[in-house]
Formats: sequence, structure tokens, C-alpha cells
Amino acid sequence: MESLYPLIPLAPLGGFLINGLFGRLYKKPIVYTVGIGTVAISFILAFHAFVTGFSAKAISLFTWISAGSLRADYSLMFDPLSNIMILMVTGIGLLIHIYSAGYMSHDKTVPRFFAYMNLFMFAMLTLVLADNFLMMFVGWEGVGLCSYLLIGYWYEKPSAANAGMKAFVVNRIGDLGFLLGMFILFSIFGTLNFLDIQSLASFGLDESTLALIGIATLLLFIGATGKSAQLPLYTWLPDAMEGPSPVSALIHAATMVTAGVYMIIRSNFLFVLAPDTMLVVAIVGGLTALFAATIGLTQFDIKRVLAYSTVSQLGYMFLAVGMGAFTAGLFHLLTHAFFKALLFLGAGTVMHAMDDELDMRKMGALKKYMKITQPTMFIASLAIAGIPPFSGFFSKDEILYQSFIAGVPFSKVLWALGLLTAGLTAFYMFRLIFMTFWGDYRGPKEHEKHIHEAGNSMAIPLIILAAGAVLAGIIGIPHFLGGGNWLGNYLEPVLAKAPEAVHGSVATEWILAIVSVLVGLTGIILAMWFYKEGKFAKSEKIAAKLGPVYRLVLHKYRIDELYNAVVVKPMIWVSDNILRVKVDEGLVDGVMVNGSAKFFRKLGGVVSKLQTGYIQTYIVFFILGILILFWLLF
Amino acid sequence: MLSLEMVLLLSAVLFVIGVIGVIIRRNLIVILMCIELMLNSANLAFIAFARFHQNLDGQIAVFFVMAIAAVEVAVGLALIILIYRNRKTVNIDDLRDLKG
Repeated sequence: MESLYPLIPLAPLGGFLINGLFGRLYKKPIVYTVGIGTVAISFILAFHAFVTGFSAKAISLFTWISAGSLRADYSLMFDPLSNIMILMVTGIGLLIHIYSAGYMSHDKTVPRFFAYMNLFMFAMLTLVLADNFLMMFVGWEGVGLCSYLLIGYWYEKPSAANAGMKAFVVNRIGDLGFLLGMFILFSIFGTLNFLDIQSLASFGLDESTLALIGIATLLLFIGATGKSAQLPLYTWLPDAMEGPSPVSALIHAATMVTAGVYMIIRSNFLFVLAPDTMLVVAIVGGLTALFAATIGLTQFDIKRVLAYSTVSQLGYMFLAVGMGAFTAGLFHLLTHAFFKALLFLGAGTVMHAMDDELDMRKMGALKKYMKITQPTMFIASLAIAGIPPFSGFFSKDEILYQSFIAGVPFSKVLWALGLLTAGLTAFYMFRLIFMTFWGDYRGPKEHEKHIHEAGNSMAIPLIILAAGAVLAGIIGIPHFLGGGNWLGNYLEPVLAKAPEAVHGSVATEWILAIVSVLVGLTGIILAMWFYKEGKFAKSEKIAAKLGPVYRLVLHKYRIDELYNAVVVKPMIWVSDNILRVKVDEGLVDGVMVNGSAKFFRKLGGVVSKLQTGYIQTYIVFFILGILILFWLLF
Repeated sequence: MLSLEMVLLLSAVLFVIGVIGVIIRRNLIVILMCIELMLNSANLAFIAFARFHQNLDGQIAVFFVMAIAAVEVAVGLALIILIYRNRKTVNIDDLRDLKG
């Protein structure tokens, strides 16, 4: 089996080539078979690698760059961290591919969709399995490209095409940080290989090198804020919901957006050397978590609520890794993948049933019709709200606990932010559930009879993911609840020890867990009180009372408008009035292109005076020439 | 008895008249006639040399020149007629499409 492991990333690449090149020639079932089958191959191999605990420093497939001391192979690194990541990526990916077969069945360009999805799987697995920063960056850019392609999948819709461009451009800003960070690391260590850097970084480093590592990690983190939608580069993710729902589930919830967290965990040996960067990571994470959660409270678009929720949960993960709790970060990453993918797929089936309606104010009473979607989404919401024994409880509680006891500045403040976010999360998730599934139906009457539960290929992934959302917590049940914290032990070999690992008492753990559950329950009960009957009088009263504050949050703090005014507008102004008019039309076109043409035309004009067009003038020159020749000769 | 110099002088005078005609006249037909004049001045020079050197080569060359001149007139007049048909003029001042 080991010799087949290269197929883990390469099988989806094959699927991409087959469907991308020839997909139009054959019927849809074959497209589905290729698209899903290649991911299934990856999943089986990843599962095998995970179960057998396969470990390899590098299975090199070919050397990509070899120049001086720089060497970048396309090689796959298997260790506990990458094993569990590829298991998650291929597993969730497989389920979402199966779901897509149902969801996209009415679409005209299914082969294109599956080709992009397979290409995404290839890029994501390359990112995860890379053994050096450069290959990781290749995967990093690859997933960004696929994200762009899939957000703009319905490119006839201007909003979708624009959202794709926005995602791409905002990600570029972060990617610049990633690149610069990589350059600094190469200048320090002379290699980009993870294991080499790890062994070099474990020797005592002098003051200036540590300062450089601090800058490099900060730049890498800027890359992560772009990819993982953190402040201040999160604005693309809510707009990315223009893509099809399976895309939102796979790329913008479960896998790609967690790449930033994964990158930090992968290079944890560097981040622990830079405590200042870690603090920045934790603060940005904590603030993003709260910030996005507050926006989530006010949105009416079902997928946008989930998008802000994703931003918020990613903030949680960064809070965790910033505290040095890499295990907790990865734990939340894994559980979140289950319940958030489930929520997005659930939202997809709701949209399907509602004829692509996204506004929750026009839904309601759907639990009558959706006997599978409603319970599975309910489970996912319990999980994300942190209610035991669902998976989200364990991971969220672990993060809160770690940030409470962490020996870094502001740790208690960040814990409070996290706790508040947990309450808000519970509230907006159940607001979504109650608005969508409870109360009376509020949409157009003629639609009501069309509402239907999704077919098997969509329902089965929901059920499996729901099982995951319930059970995924098992891998990280902490000691005080009688678990073995399996994930912590499992990841032991790849994680650097945090400088000062602090241990709180069991009593603290219990108290914190109970507090966070109570906060979560409060959120749920409040949401129930506000929204269960499907009437909005109570919430509107509060909204009216808050007035300007409410409107500010409803308009997402007008951050998009701010960026437009501060970055986009000036950029367009400079491009238009200076770069286009002055530089392009003035300098390039005017002086260089047309100018040189004008110069030679002038010069030619002088000489062309001789060309009168009168044959007789020519003959005069002709004779003069001969006379001069004679004069010279004799 | 005519001296060689006299004949060559006549030939040169004829040639220069031809050249000046080609340069200053505006009518294509006249220009063609001037070209003929130049050719014939050359012929005269040939004949003169042949006569004074007692060598027939020059006279043979004159036959060739005359043959070529006949052809040239035929082609040249044909061109002039075609130009006239197209442009309704044979004034060379009106035919200056070559101007750059």
C-alpha cells in the first residue's frame, strides 16, 4: 500500500485532468464516478496511512527546484499531523463530493465543477503533505486558485464573478506576507525544508536571529490571516458564499480556510521561538472571533451567518495556537470541519428546497418538510454551541481552558473574549435554526408545496457528518472527564513543547467547563425566546432600541465600505488618473510609442522632400550621380 | 573628311539634347522621343568608332541597339496609351504617385 501513497494527491489530479479535458464528452454518471472515485482512492489510502501510523520524512516524487543550496522537491511528508489532516481533508472531501453529485445534478457544466473540486483536493493535499515551505506555498496558491474558480463558478452572475476576484485579490495581500516570510527563513537557515529548519532551530540561536524569526513568523501569520479570513483580511470570506454550497462547505469552512492554522501548527517550532508573534496571533484570533460573531448576530442571509461563524471559529483556532495550545487548535480545526461542513451542506439542502432562497426571514416551519436536514443541522448547532457531549464542546472547552491558564499577557482577557464569543455563537446558531425550521412559513405561498427533502446522495453525507459532529470529540476528551486526550499524545512527536506549559487544577477545569456550557445554554435559551415562534417583534424592539449600533453591525461595521474608501477607491483613482492617463497614455503611449513614431516620421519627412514623385527629378539625380562617378573615375 | 572628334561632338550634343529633353519636357511622348534621341546619339558614336577603327563590331552593336530601341518604343507607347486611357493625360506632372 505504501507505494501507492503518492496517489493520495495525484488521484484527484487525474480526476481533474479526465473531467476537465474530456468531461463534456460523456454522460453525467461517468463524471460523478470519476470525480468521486478519485477522491475515494485518496480517502482509502489516507485512511490506511492513518491507521498504520505511516511515517516518512519525504517520499520524493521529483525535484522541482535545485539551485545552489535551495532545493524544493515535490515530496510527501507523512507524520501524525499530516496523517490526521489528510484523513480529515479526504474524508470530508469525499462526503462533499458525493453530496455535490446530488446538489449539482441540474447544473449545465457539471464536469467543470467536478474538475475544479478535484483540482482543489489535489492542491489541498499538496499543501498538507508538503515537506517544505515552497511546496506548501504551491498548494497554498493552488487552493487559492480553486477557491477563486469555484466562488466564480456561476460566472454569468456579476456578484459571483466579483466575489471570486475579491477573494483572489485579498488573498494575494496575505500571500505576499507568506512569501516574504519564506524569504527571511531561507536567508536564516538556507533551507526551506520543515525538518531541516526544525533541527537547525533547535540549537541555541542568537538574539538577532530570533528577532528575524519573529519577523518571519509574523509575515507567515499575515499569510494566514489572508487564507484563513482573520482580521483585517477576512472580508472576502462572507462574499465567497456566492459559490455553490458544497464549495462553501469544502473550501470555505472545512479545509482551505484552515490552511493558515495548519501552517502555524506545522511550523510550530518556529512560532514558539517568537513569543511576540504568538501574542499577536492570539489577540488577532480572539478579536476576530468576537468581531465576526457580533456580525453573525444580525445577518439574515443563511449562508452569511455561517460564513461569519466560520470566521469566528477560525479566530478560536488562532486564539488556541497563539496560546501555544497547538493540539487544541488542531482539535477545534477537526471538529469544526465536521459540524461546519454539515451546516453548509444543510444550508445547501434548505436552499435547494426553497428554490435558492437565502433570506431566513422568508423561511420558517421547514422542520415539517425536512426530516433529515433539520435534525442534522440541529446537532451541528449543538456541537458548535459547545453543548456536551457533542464534539464542539470538547474542542472549544479545551481552547478556553488553555487560554485561561496560559502564562501570557492578556490571557484572561482573551479567555473572556472567547467565552463571550461562545455565548454569541450559541445565540446566532440557534437564531438560524429557529428562524429556518420553526415558526410559520413566511415565504411565497406557491413555493410551499415544492419544499422537499433532498435525495439520498445529499442526505447520506448529512447523516455521516452529523455522526462525526457528535463523535469527533472522542479523540480529545481531556483527562478530567475521564478521557485520555488521545489527540494530544498522538501529536506529541511533531509539536515543540510550549516554553512554559502551565497546568491548572482539575477544579479549574471543571469550573471553566461548567461556565462555558452555561454561557452556551444561555445563548440558546435567549435565541429560543426571541425566535422560536417565528415572530420578530421582540428582536425588532431591541434592534430599534440599539438604533445606530444595530445598523452598524447589520452593515458589518461598514468595513467593506471603509476598505473601499481607503484602499480600493484610491487605488482605482491612482490607476485611472495617474497610471493610466499619465504613465500609460502619457509616457508609454505618448512619449515612447507614439513619440518614437513621430520622431522617425519627422526625420523621414526631411528626407522624403527629395522624393518629389516627378520622374524627371529622379533623372536629374541619376545624371548628377553619373557625372560625379565620371568625375571621380577620370 | 570628318574627324572622329567632330562626329563624337555631334553625338554628345545629340545626347545632351536628349537628356535635357527628358528632364524638362512634360509630355510623355516627347520624353520617349528624347530617349530615342539619346539611343541614336549612342548609335552615332558606335558607327563613328567602327568607321575610324576599321572594325565592324561597333556596327553590329548598333543593330542590337536598334532592335532594342524598337522594342522599347513598342512597349513604351503601349504604356503611354494605357496611362492615357486610365488618367486622360500624358502630362508627367500629373503622374506623381511615387511621391513619398
